[in-house]
Amino acid sequence: MLLKGKAFKFGNDINTDYIISGKYKFKTLDMNELAKHVMEDLDPNFYEKIHEGDMIVAGTNFGCGSSREQAPLAIKYAKISCVLASSFARIFYRNAINTGLPVIECDTSKIDAEDLLEVDLQKGIVYNKTKSIEIPVTPLPDVMIKILKDGGLIDHFKKHGDFNFE
Amino acid sequence: MSKTIAEKIFSQHSGVDAYAGDLVVAQLDFVMGQDGTAPLAINSFNEMGGEELFDASKVAFVIDHSAPSPLEGVSALHKLMREFSTRKKHMLYDIGEGVCHQLVPEQGHVVPGDLVVGADSHTCTYGAINAFSTGVGSTDLAAAMISGKLWFKVPDTIKFICEGTLQPGVFSKDLILRIIGDISADGATYMATEFVGEAISTMEVDERFTISNMAIEMGAKAGLMEFDEKVEKWLSGRSNKTPRPVSADPDATYIQVINYDVSQLEPQVACPHTVDNVSPLIEVENLPIQQAFIGTCTNGRLNDLRVASKILAGKKIAPDVRFIVAPASRSVFLDAMNEGIIQTLVESGAAVVTPGCGPCVGTHNGVPSDGEVVLSTANRNFKGRMGNSKAFIYLASPATVASSALTGKITDPRSFI
Repeated sequence: MLLKGKAFKFGNDINTDYIISGKYKFKTLDMNELAKHVMEDLDPNFYEKIHEGDMIVAGTNFGCGSSREQAPLAIKYAKISCVLASSFARIFYRNAINTGLPVIECDTSKIDAEDLLEVDLQKGIVYNKTKSIEIPVTPLPDVMIKILKDGGLIDHFKKHGDFNFE
Repeated sequence: MSKTIAEKIFSQHSGVDAYAGDLVVAQLDFVMGQDGTAPLAINSFNEMGGEELFDASKVAFVIDHSAPSPLEGVSALHKLMREFSTRKKHMLYDIGEGVCHQLVPEQGHVVPGDLVVGADSHTCTYGAINAFSTGVGSTDLAAAMISGKLWFKVPDTIKFICEGTLQPGVFSKDLILRIIGDISADGATYMATEFVGEAISTMEVDERFTISNMAIEMGAKAGLMEFDEKVEKWLSGRSNKTPRPVSADPDATYIQVINYDVSQLEPQVACPHTVDNVSPLIEVENLPIQQAFIGTCTNGRLNDLRVASKILAGKKIAPDVRFIVAPASRSVFLDAMNEGIIQTLVESGAAVVTPGCGPCVGTHNGVPSDGEVVLSTANRNFKGRMGNSKAFIYLASPATVASSALTGKITDPRSFI
């Protein structure tokens, strides 16, 4: 699958409170509603600026903080196609795979705001079209590839009724 | 081969001779969700085709993050949780019972040697009583509720050897803040941590929970401690489960060993807007505050309230400070009442709110205004955390917060102890 979009750049340690504030996530399960507030405390107009397919590009420790799965879901429902970061916090990374949001660990210092990017998930390559460079991607653990191939953990369980990594 | 606590617990729960880096599917002893995560887990459970829980006696929900409900949207989610719990016949701790991470150990659901997951990042708290416990998201929680299992990558471990004796007025909160300041917010990502040494073994279990609770603030998967007589005493009368204490082998392999001598440690403060932005208190001393908060899964325990009440006894807080106290559980609240602690705190000017997460997560019970400074005993000071992205949150020990509530500015508690 080839993802295409424009880079929206953020710094290091972007926590899940910034991704979706606690004041919104406790009151609804409507992810389309939560999506309107994604990244609001860092950029109040973020949701208005983005278009379908655009990408969040960040530094180290993206998604640190709480275990809220509303964080990857709010990003996914805002129609962001994937998140690229130098590194991810553990719980966010699991939650993203479980909910089917592509997360790509790579050297994001080679990406500037508004660069046009293409991400080939199969080959594991990020193409920075603006800078005409290729950026290699850290491969996913096998277990996560199996969950992603099934379409996330919900579909993995629907298919197997249990964990099945054979 | 020798093993860390994490390697032993994962080996015992997966039936595999597991070492750091191995992927295992492990059996769980207990699973927990709270009102910020359980509603989504119920959706996932239903979508997965879940019918029965793997073991209803090993599943609990806690309504603590927005409790009692401040909004109709929240009320609907609480109702969803209550109906699910009634149908599936598992435990639900409703409003006023307390914060999940106080309740799970206090009510005897976790004992040494257990493997526990909770859909809340501070689930790492129970490491203080020698259990491997870690935070997961809602869909992982749903999978765990159905199967009683979860997949894990067995983590490497960083060992912190903390020797020496804390000075009066310096607490476990100051130590863990200093460690997080040194290690940084992602210094232990994907890893477990073990805390050992004289400074830990002389600490009461209440204080140890504070350290394990904040392991996630350096990215860690768990904050583990050894079993000892203090843990044994703390557990007595709380649980019918049999403890299976797990000790690290002396020659286990650690990815890093870090030594601390705590004897010279001063009170510490985490400054806005990250938990690893830690300074000795002296660098921010006398900064005016508008709100002081004692509570949360980090520092809302009996010992914390007792320390605060000793500082505040017979005194009044500064007139321009709002002082909020949230006992960590109903049991802590009752014990604090019996000891006269609540009387002292209320007389000093405290507004005591329902046992639970209180204002920590920004849903209710004390949202600060624009430009205001809050000094809190919580574990997070992210921008917007308490419900207003234009406020400034500083984190410190209960003694520092109580002393600062008295003076109206950030104050070294050693002048009151």
